[in-house]
Amino acid sequence: MAIELIEGSLAIAHGAALCRPGVISAYPITPQTHIVEDLAKMVADGQLKTEFVNTESEFGAASVVLGALAGGSRAYTATTSQGLALMLEVLYNCAGMRLPLVMCCANRSLSAPLSIWSDQQDAMLMRDSGFIMGFAEDAQEALDLHIMGYKIAEDERVQLPYMVNVDGFLITHTFEPVNIPDQKLVDEYLGSYKPFQVLDPANPITMGCFTEPAYHMDVRYQMHKANLESTKVIEEVAASFEKKFGRPSGGLIRNYKLDDADTVVVAMGSITGLVEEAVDTLRGKGQKVGLLKIKTLRPFPTDKVREALSGKKHVVVMDRAMSAGYGEILGSEIKAALYGTPNPPAIDSFIYGLGGRDIHEDEIIGMINRPNPGTHRSEWVGLRPDLLEE
Amino acid sequence: MREQILKYFKQDKLPHVFCPGCGNGEVMHAMAQAIDELGWDPTQILIVGGIGCSSRIATYTIFDSLHTLHGRPVAFAVGAKLANPNLKVIIVSGDGDASSIGGNHLIHAARRNMDLTLFIVNNYTYGMTGGQYSPTTPLGSFTTTSPCGHVEEPFSITDLLVGAGAPFVARTGTLYFNELVKLMKLALAKNGFAAIDIFTQCPTNYGRNNRLGKPIDLIKTQASILVPKEKYDLLEPGDRVGKFARGVIQDVEKPTFLDHYRACILSTRKAVHHE
Ligand SMILES: Cc1ncc(C[n+]2csc(CCOP(=O)(O)OP(=O)(O)O)c2C)c(N)n1
Repeated sequence: MAIELIEGSLAIAHGAALCRPGVISAYPITPQTHIVEDLAKMVADGQLKTEFVNTESEFGAASVVLGALAGGSRAYTATTSQGLALMLEVLYNCAGMRLPLVMCCANRSLSAPLSIWSDQQDAMLMRDSGFIMGFAEDAQEALDLHIMGYKIAEDERVQLPYMVNVDGFLITHTFEPVNIPDQKLVDEYLGSYKPFQVLDPANPITMGCFTEPAYHMDVRYQMHKANLESTKVIEEVAASFEKKFGRPSGGLIRNYKLDDADTVVVAMGSITGLVEEAVDTLRGKGQKVGLLKIKTLRPFPTDKVREALSGKKHVVVMDRAMSAGYGEILGSEIKAALYGTPNPPAIDSFIYGLGGRDIHEDEIIGMINRPNPGTHRSEWVGLRPDLLEE
Repeated sequence: MREQILKYFKQDKLPHVFCPGCGNGEVMHAMAQAIDELGWDPTQILIVGGIGCSSRIATYTIFDSLHTLHGRPVAFAVGAKLANPNLKVIIVSGDGDASSIGGNHLIHAARRNMDLTLFIVNNYTYGMTGGQYSPTTPLGSFTTTSPCGHVEEPFSITDLLVGAGAPFVARTGTLYFNELVKLMKLALAKNGFAAIDIFTQCPTNYGRNNRLGKPIDLIKTQASILVPKEKYDLLEPGDRVGKFARGVIQDVEKPTFLDHYRACILSTRKAVHHE
């Protein structure tokens, strides 16, 4: 193992390369480009033996990796935003065909207006797709989630694609010390890909075939059930990963100073580092604040969330995406998880950081300490003052 | 002259974002000059761009503009033209935008003969995203996705469009500014689908990756790649490798989509109302 100071994108490229995908296919889009350029360089330098296909669009890239998986090869792609939107038709197919793709999304806002900066709006396109969705907090976790992603996706009990979400620029373009695992360890941990279904002329099957109303719902149910039940596998994998590689990473949720907290912030992605600072600042002033990090959005860790938040007085949910015409997304999922539990906490929800808008520690403290807890729903933080009516 | 051209641009948006030595400035200038020489009313023009450095040209002109999605400007333009057939619709698109991710819309607009003018700003690379290879990247050249030299054959966009049925197809380069203006005027005035494949320089990415020197050196390479159509036609097939014809490649008259559509409406009316 070697600790190196590298760009997040290179950490991600290492994560993907260590898993030895047989086929990589991609189309460039900011802020994903460095990831695939790093992979292209590894291939060109002979460090990575894989078929690297640069397609004419993301639609083509997603189709290439779907075909590769159907043909029995481990496969990888990365994209973001508009590229993810263009891939969508294929990605829903990939989940429906139960093909264990691992892809990275360098989370970025969706047009219009055009913006290349970070938020998690694009990820929400995938929420109902059948993909398992992990969210990395930093470059190290982004790398680790690739290894865990293949382990989870290829598990016989799961057989579903895995999406590694990393905040664009904030993770992809910043330099951090990253522990790059030895190839040998990853090989031992992951093993080679053993597909459960493969296109084989000697044994012909049809994937993605037409279903009559008499079957469609049942097949969708099976996919949903496998996704729900993968919570168990995700926990197992987080534990075995920690044992093998010596550091905690991924999983369903992670807590920070949560046990004795009265107020808990719930957040996802790279913002959690800043929230930890806010928690420490407030604890220094005697306020009992903690943090619940959502590491896996799908399957939604309902039981874990209930357990973590039971007995708490106040919950503050931070959303870096929104459902137009409704508001909060993570906020409403947290509320739904707590609905019907005894003495639920007061819940506030905030929308922040869309299209790369900066957010500062004092703004997070402001959310936690807003007067009248429990009365703030989908409040937008950091809007231009002229847009606020009060 | 300067004022004459500048009046077609939103001056509060200048200077533009293009790198020093980029050919987008020449293309913008030539387009404004062609429109000026044609005496067109700027309020009757719609300019549509996709996503890419070159597509941003559409955001600097004073015409109504639609900044769309990567690969889709031709499709958006088809819709706009159908909604208001009186509009003069100009599309500015990169080689990637037009011929890779948007290749499908390109061939079908040409086949349908939609009355649109398309300027393809062909710098042989994806400029905006940092210099990856595109469908027009020459064999053997270096890009961030072909670090050992490119192994795919490039498109001839003009051959593609002639094959798809476009009535007006031309090619030139930023080295031939006056020819560019002349061809743009022909394309704009054409009734039907008219496209120009404009070879241009991307010093920041393509130029640097291939060590082609200063922007001016890069522009001069066009002299050895672009051959006047009459001469190109006389070349042996073997001598045509790596060369492209410049000038008017195709100019024929044929009914546009709207001509067929109007005829269909008239004949249907006649049949229904026994007119
Ligand atoms: C669906 C989608 N995929 C990828 C991108 C990223 N992207 C923006 S511009 C561009 C390529 C631009 O190349 P080209 O069209 O040749 O224009 P140039 O910048 O060279 O003028 C790409 C890949 C995007 N915006 N949308």
